[in-house]
Amino acid sequence: MTTRPNIDRSWHVRLVVLVPYCWLVLFFLAPFLIVLKISLSQTAIAQPPYVPVLDPAGGWQGFRQFVAALSFENYAFIASDWLYLASYLKSLEVAAVSTVLLLLIGFPLAYGIARAPRRWQPALFMLVVLPFWTSFLIRIYAWVNILQRDGLLNHVLLALGVVGEPPAWLSTDTAVYIGIVYSYLPFMVLPIYATLEKMDEALIEAAADLGCPWWKAFWLVTLPLSLPGVVAGALLCFIPIVGEFVIPDLLGSSQTMMIGQTLWTEFFANKDWPVASAVAVVLLCLLVVPIVFYQQMQARNLEERR
Amino acid sequence: MRRTSLFNIGSVALGLAFLYLPIVILVIFSFNASRLVAVWGGWSTRWYVELINDTAMLESAWVTLRIAVLSATAATVLGTLAAIALARLGRFRTRVVFSGMIYAPLVMPEVITGLSLLLLFVAVDIDRGFWTVVIAHTTLTMCFVTVVVQSRLLSFDRSLEEAALNLGCPPFRTFLTVTLPLIAPALASGWMLAFTLSLDDLVVASFTTGPGATTLPIRIYSEIRLGVKPEINAISTIVIAIVGAGIVAASLLAKFHDLGRSRDARPAAP
Repeated sequence: MTTRPNIDRSWHVRLVVLVPYCWLVLFFLAPFLIVLKISLSQTAIAQPPYVPVLDPAGGWQGFRQFVAALSFENYAFIASDWLYLASYLKSLEVAAVSTVLLLLIGFPLAYGIARAPRRWQPALFMLVVLPFWTSFLIRIYAWVNILQRDGLLNHVLLALGVVGEPPAWLSTDTAVYIGIVYSYLPFMVLPIYATLEKMDEALIEAAADLGCPWWKAFWLVTLPLSLPGVVAGALLCFIPIVGEFVIPDLLGSSQTMMIGQTLWTEFFANKDWPVASAVAVVLLCLLVVPIVFYQQMQARNLEERR
Repeated sequence: MRRTSLFNIGSVALGLAFLYLPIVILVIFSFNASRLVAVWGGWSTRWYVELINDTAMLESAWVTLRIAVLSATAATVLGTLAAIALARLGRFRTRVVFSGMIYAPLVMPEVITGLSLLLLFVAVDIDRGFWTVVIAHTTLTMCFVTVVVQSRLLSFDRSLEEAALNLGCPPFRTFLTVTLPLIAPALASGWMLAFTLSLDDLVVASFTTGPGATTLPIRIYSEIRLGVKPEINAISTIVIAIVGAGIVAASLLAKFHDLGRSRDARPAAP
């Protein structure tokens, strides 16, 4: 590493760190503590709709009363009701299956782009990223158009004589998987493409020259080298899918809700803020390991490039 | 040796068809004269005319646009500062906490972010509405700006900055005259990314909004729940057109920028 000229620690350099730091502490970190606190409160018909409320005027005595009034009741409630457990399991299942599907579709796509002629690559890359820029909600709505009972898919299937009766696509798990794969595909393709593109093709040629069949070269050379991209893509998809709300809500059934829907319902329909907070805390506990892993990976990546 | 096998062409073609077909169908059916979404009744701009007369929808579009511009601008400023801190300032205490707070929002489920911000606003007793959504979107999108800008900061030749500093240029001036022009394309794409993310967000906005600040996604979502309507196809087409035009303009701009730079850098090159 080269020696850097005068890195000064004057006040305006500190400000560069301090301003975004304070913003994130205030609007990202502090809110989690509030969620944690409210998850230990009880619902009340009041404004705000929970008790106890910490009153700074109460002093030390007030604070002790406040702490004494907190309880783990909401967590006991979540653990005792099968609905919540089923919801968590469903979310993890959907996220795991979707991540595998995304890998199966995303890897060949990324591979195809990375092996395309050099001058086409930027255009192909752009074509994969472009749908990501158009509204997420609109893209899900596009699928509602296609998958509804008198939608385009059933018209085509009936015309081709594949089915006699128009099947219901909406409100099924199939529709949810289609929606998720469709929305998250760029997130899977981009990191995999980034690693494949950096790969030295001479390695594959060397393997071929030494008599290694292409599938073996893929398994022994290409796949291990692209593993960082595969892991990054999988995490980038898996974590948000577990908490996904819009896709299962618009395309899925109301039989078994994913946890994002359960939280939404607790909050907006049942107005039970403490239980919604407890659901969020448990969800966060489930995801904290993959999130920290992802963050470590990103940070290591950054350190390598510095 | 670069073989473009049939398998590679096939997987790229199928992948792109899968990505684009639904959008193309959506756009085509926004010009459908028939109210039935699956039955083609001839070309018509009827739904666009109805849209112009839908004041509630237009009001939402205007609110959404204002929120997106304000939050994208704030996110670009905050995100760029964070990127400089991560890429240039070396180790400082609690750096781990800082980088954690930058990367975690990228994958954090939106229901959690939305709920936690709402509970913060309630706890400090702020009236929910326009400004709370702006704050929420700034927080949500600034981390994306950081990732984009940071990647640019790490990829260009740092000796340019060091040369300026060695020649006695003050750090702040070096930043303005050397660093800023070099990272300008990243700032532009970071802003665009923040803008479209804000334009698009349903979940966080639903939690943090209040009376008088119904954003377009919230309105579209409540309409979709009632069923498919050609009018929604029309507004979707307009949103796609605006974002598409923005992207094309941005990439052309970046291309000219690069062309100009490479011409400056290598005047003798053929």
